[in-house]
Amino acid sequence: MKPTNIGAHDYFHKVVDCQWACPAHTPVPEYIRLIAAGRYSDAYMINWRSNVFPGILGRVCDRPCEPACRRGRVDKEPVAICRLKRVCADLKDDIQDRLPRAPEKKNGKRIACVGAGPASLTVARDLASIGYQVTVFDNGPLPGGMMRSQIPKFRLPDSVIDEECGYIINLGVETRYNQWVNSLRELVDGDWEAVFVGTGAPRGRDAPIPGREEAAKFIHIGIDWLANVAFGHTTTISKRVIVLGGGNTAMDCCRSARRMGGEDVKVIVRSGFEEMKASPWEKEEAIHEGIPILNMRVPKEFRHDNGKLTGVLFEIVRAEYDAKGRRSLVATGEPDEFHACDEVLVAIGQENSFPWIEKDIGLEFDKWGMPVLNEKTLQSTLPKVFFGGDAALGPKNIITAAAQGHEAAISIDLFCRGRKLDDRPPPMTNLVSQKMGIHEWSYDNQVSEEERKKVPVKALEKTLKDIKLELEMGFDPFMACAEAERCLNCDIETVFTVKTCIECDACVDICPTECITFTSNGEEDDLRGRLKAPAKNHEQALYVSDVLKTGRVMVKDENICLHCGMCAERCPTGAWDMQKFFLQCAEAGTEVKRT
Amino acid sequence: MTYLAKPKLLRADAPKNTLGYTRRDYEGAISTLCAGCGHDSISAAIVQACFDLDIEPHRVAKLSGIGCSSKTPDYFLGASHGFNTTHGRMPSVLTGAALANRDLTYMGISGDGDSASIGIGQFAHAMRRGVNMTYIVENNGVYGLTKGQFSATADKGSKSKRGVVNNDTPIDLVALALQLGASYVARSFSGDKEQLIPLIKGALRHRGPAFIDVISPCVTFNNHAGSTKSYDYVREHNDAVNRLDFILPRDQINASYAPGELRRIIQHDGSILHLRKLDNDYDPSDRVGAMNHLQERHALGEIVTGLLYVDSSAEDLHRHLNTVEKPLNQLGDAYLCPGSKALDALNAALR
Repeated sequence: MKPTNIGAHDYFHKVVDCQWACPAHTPVPEYIRLIAAGRYSDAYMINWRSNVFPGILGRVCDRPCEPACRRGRVDKEPVAICRLKRVCADLKDDIQDRLPRAPEKKNGKRIACVGAGPASLTVARDLASIGYQVTVFDNGPLPGGMMRSQIPKFRLPDSVIDEECGYIINLGVETRYNQWVNSLRELVDGDWEAVFVGTGAPRGRDAPIPGREEAAKFIHIGIDWLANVAFGHTTTISKRVIVLGGGNTAMDCCRSARRMGGEDVKVIVRSGFEEMKASPWEKEEAIHEGIPILNMRVPKEFRHDNGKLTGVLFEIVRAEYDAKGRRSLVATGEPDEFHACDEVLVAIGQENSFPWIEKDIGLEFDKWGMPVLNEKTLQSTLPKVFFGGDAALGPKNIITAAAQGHEAAISIDLFCRGRKLDDRPPPMTNLVSQKMGIHEWSYDNQVSEEERKKVPVKALEKTLKDIKLELEMGFDPFMACAEAERCLNCDIETVFTVKTCIECDACVDICPTECITFTSNGEEDDLRGRLKAPAKNHEQALYVSDVLKTGRVMVKDENICLHCGMCAERCPTGAWDMQKFFLQCAEAGTEVKRT
Repeated sequence: MTYLAKPKLLRADAPKNTLGYTRRDYEGAISTLCAGCGHDSISAAIVQACFDLDIEPHRVAKLSGIGCSSKTPDYFLGASHGFNTTHGRMPSVLTGAALANRDLTYMGISGDGDSASIGIGQFAHAMRRGVNMTYIVENNGVYGLTKGQFSATADKGSKSKRGVVNNDTPIDLVALALQLGASYVARSFSGDKEQLIPLIKGALRHRGPAFIDVISPCVTFNNHAGSTKSYDYVREHNDAVNRLDFILPRDQINASYAPGELRRIIQHDGSILHLRKLDNDYDPSDRVGAMNHLQERHALGEIVTGLLYVDSSAEDLHRHLNTVEKPLNQLGDAYLCPGSKALDALNAALR
């Protein structure tokens, strides 16, 4: 293999698994260390810069970082990254004087953002703080979009949404609430330099099976029902409720129903329990609240008595996989199963919907009704119109919406300045030695062996009675510190210098996870098998050095490196050093280097 | 040097031996030797050898004297029996232990000071008595604990870190071991685990006194230009006579060799020593030849390494003394101390 180019900014970035997995590339280990040090406001600001909604995401993020966390590969569970994010939001001081201020003098360019959800608000923040005049349109009375309308209050209280949306609106963003935009043409033709569409995926998928129309009064679309609950239009539900679907919306529906008078609430899902789209922790919470999840059941018919729903009939299926691994659900032949209920919540998916976009203005849609976009720049076929969030590439999650908001803001800024959109500004990166003394590093390199901390919750009886009472209480400072110490500091990189190595093997002998080997070079597959501990995880890179004096090379399997720094402490010549890698994504307004 | 203990976190797919232990289970406390010390590599090689041989840690006794090398038994096999004896007296304490319980695997860890200076008499007698043990000398040519004075194995003409030239003739422990009757004699280098690990394995499964002299550079006091025990010097002057593959009876032998390339030696327990020849004329069963070869190459400034001599039919001290097979701790008080009548009978028989 060729020597690894550690100068390439994505090499060490990939080693920081959590940051790499985060769509917004939040510098996770950096803020976790700040939490351990009690510097909550600093930790909050690092988050705020990258992901815009730390308090919100610290409660309801899909947390792609956690399955990626290296700790999960050497310990039972990953670091509770998401809940640590909440800690910095909960325990910070007033940070308003640290927020950017919009320049007094505007650049004279007006941007329209349609929808006041996470994607639009991110665009608004990034552009308003560099002098754009941004106007946000929303049909609702308040900012937040689906964060406010679809996520139940017991998971995400309004106060958190108000605070974090407020930071953005306070940048001088003009808001037009309660205003339904019914024509993109009007905006395109209007006095706007660019239009950003962040309207989400507002339409819940229906279950068009027999009985649907007749019993319509008792069958609700999940996200619409959640919005009605959020805004107080719906306050009760019948005792026996069936929730159809296996995603996070289904989990929110069943748990909300449980809090609104539902006593016998069940989730019934087509797929297997394991394949359900809901996050594992959401499923756990639902089960904890006494909600059974029945799987492998396809709804066949809504049974009713003259329009009054009596229950739902299900066909029992099993999963079969073809040669290509595609799943099909096949009836087992067992008799259909009838589940009695009074109301049904249908939470089987969400779709995009753009009834307000005229078909003849030059904005192309693909065969699935999604706008045709450049996935990198998020520009549509109508150059001044950009998309982001669920409206762009299909429903995902809040953190993806924020990440796309950043990218769209960069694109809009480049577009407004007449620059090429493909020339993206590079991230800011830095690599600095952390050595402070012979055995001293500027980070705590002792690896904690504690288990993952559980977030304390309020008593179930209490929370089931009040839908607005937040269930989780968040970590206290002591738990937060203990949890933060579990972080392996994967951003403190092991950097190897060939010229000073005397090949004494000290690093090989001390490495607790046996990830360093000195051997003759070879092709990657061959090399992976010859290491002291074979490197079976091909997702993770091998760090290969240049040729050493004996003709061998140093090969380090990045997979399970604990970043404990023992190799560097043991190295008699300082050939190993621990260096902090910091990467901050570019923001709108960053200049692209001219080459 | 590091003060932190190794974290216990382990990769999920860490290899396990047939006893279900990982390599980490054969480690000891964290080393307090200087960073880069060759001794730590030897400890790691012992860990690997014991892991590979499926040795039960509690069936091993590791004994040592005084010195940097003699500290190392604390850093491997944390679950084994250990005895840190007085300076140079490891061989007699080990001999006593071996006589009392022949069922344990005995490992004596010593250094050039402990074995070639203060303990040279002890070393000599353990070899000539045929104590069944693996005797490893971690040889760096200096007294590291007392700031790097030349030891008795330092080569004549080699320079200290301060530039002082050594004028004394060195003691070659390998030559002594050969002369005194060790039945498995090897030399290796801490910076070459591929060579060292099989040599340790072969020694652990050898019956009789097995001696390995391991050149182990002292990074703090003896790793400079002018030293003959530095990483660079040993790498440049390493003259290996053969490469050993140690094969357990259960292992399948896949490698194929051209005729004449390989020598196969079967030990008393069925384990096999596969010796790949690097020097065609070298015969590891020829004790006198080995001694001559050693002297010739030493005169040329070369360091001869590899398995230098092995006698797979060797006998040990127990056989010579016709001792009881059971460990003394299993014989019971009545048998060990049969009482005054038995003593009287014994005395009467000798009158």
